[in-house]
Amino acid sequence: MLQITDLHATVADKPILKGLSLTINPGEVHAIMGPNGAGKSTLGYTLGGRPGYEVTGGSVQFDGQDLLALEPHERAAAGLFLGFQYPVEIPGVSFLQFLRESLNAQRRYRGETELSGGAFLQIAKLKAGLLKMDLDMLKRPVNVGFSGGEKKRAEMVQMGILDPRLAILDETDSGLDIDALRVVGEGINTVMRAPGKAVLLITHYQRLLDYVKPDFVHVLAGGRIVKTGGPDLALELEERGYEAVAA
Amino acid sequence: MRQVAALPTRAQEDFRYADLAALAPLWPVAVEQVRVPAGETQTMTLVLAGSAAVARELAVTVEAGASFDLRVLSANGAYGRVSLRAELAQGANFTLGAAQLASGEQVLEIVTQVIHAAPDAVSRQIVRSVAGGRASVNYLGKVLVAKGANGTDGEQSVRAMLLDRTATANARPELEIYADDVKCAHGCAVGELDANGLFYMAARGIPPEVAKRLMLQAFVAEAFAGAEQEEALLEQALAALEAML
Repeated sequence: MLQITDLHATVADKPILKGLSLTINPGEVHAIMGPNGAGKSTLGYTLGGRPGYEVTGGSVQFDGQDLLALEPHERAAAGLFLGFQYPVEIPGVSFLQFLRESLNAQRRYRGETELSGGAFLQIAKLKAGLLKMDLDMLKRPVNVGFSGGEKKRAEMVQMGILDPRLAILDETDSGLDIDALRVVGEGINTVMRAPGKAVLLITHYQRLLDYVKPDFVHVLAGGRIVKTGGPDLALELEERGYEAVAA
Repeated sequence: MRQVAALPTRAQEDFRYADLAALAPLWPVAVEQVRVPAGETQTMTLVLAGSAAVARELAVTVEAGASFDLRVLSANGAYGRVSLRAELAQGANFTLGAAQLASGEQVLEIVTQVIHAAPDAVSRQIVRSVAGGRASVNYLGKVLVAKGANGTDGEQSVRAMLLDRTATANARPELEIYADDVKCAHGCAVGELDANGLFYMAARGIPPEVAKRLMLQAFVAEAFAGAEQEEALLEQALAALEAML
């Protein structure tokens, strides 16, 4: 599904990713862990096409397409979902309007018919319910006045509504208390644990992995993947630290 | 015989950023008198549309305990100027909600002078301007609180969004206060569309032109919140924004 080969990327001319390779197949959950400054968020933003994250080498194939040739909104329409570590506030635009525009823009891009207001609202209600979020929350402006935990939960509701093939979730567990962590973990499983879908979790801590069992755990350090293992690797990292394990 | 007033020059503060060449054929501008009798409520909507230059000048008197709600949408294809002087009596209430949408080489401007002549009057001015291309959007607004006009509550919220580096916004909210017990606030900001917001929208599949439209629509809507004609104004503003983008 996703094939990253020898990816190099810079931010403000500073090399951050230095030859990262990773293959994700349908049905798999991958976790990328690593110390601060390893390039974890840069990987997410580079795959999402954020301006300022410049690819200087390598390639990324997504479902057989050259992902890097697509504009950010086209990547989303192609089935890529980027969950933000710091979801952005958009004053004056309600979540419902934002998500309906998002979903219909994706559908237009894929040559599908747009959803009516009623049909969209049904989906929104269903997906919000899965994440235990009151639909009234989605009438409020995007992320404005939301607590850290609510923002992350709202990210998962968005993921549920947009129904992507691949979700890249950047520190989705940060800022969550234990209850919210469980809701978010279960949300990821409900929405993304399906045969044709895959998840890339970018995380500092192993605690989210208690809820979302990864098939593979990778250690990112110095802009490359330096070690790959199974779920046990996360536990080992937690116990011994990045330096000892990745050395 | 009264002499026709000469065309203003840029030396006059209120015309400092005006497009005088476009103003000349409209000069002198007839003053439209608006009087809201004591205790009454009036609303007014001004929409500058079409492709011709427009200049309007209002002299508003809001009598004791009366309310006047003025909304302005400047979205014509040429020079547009709305100038007003509002005098507020005791306990009067005045609201100005204005949006200016300028593109090309256009100059759009709003010039206000709000006089709190007596105690306990409230004035709220919310101006939201968008400029692209080489256009300019101006707001020159003075709130004058007369001696003895205690309990005055005056607010000016002025924001402009520039779509291109070649566009200009001039904003000058001003306060002149001769009373002791007053609450006056003014805020003024000129900026660009939030790049983080645009990327966030793109990451959800929204193409850049739609993302910009959504953000600008929300920005402009602040000027029309609570207006009697809110929906109609928003619809016209949206059509103008779509033409701009």
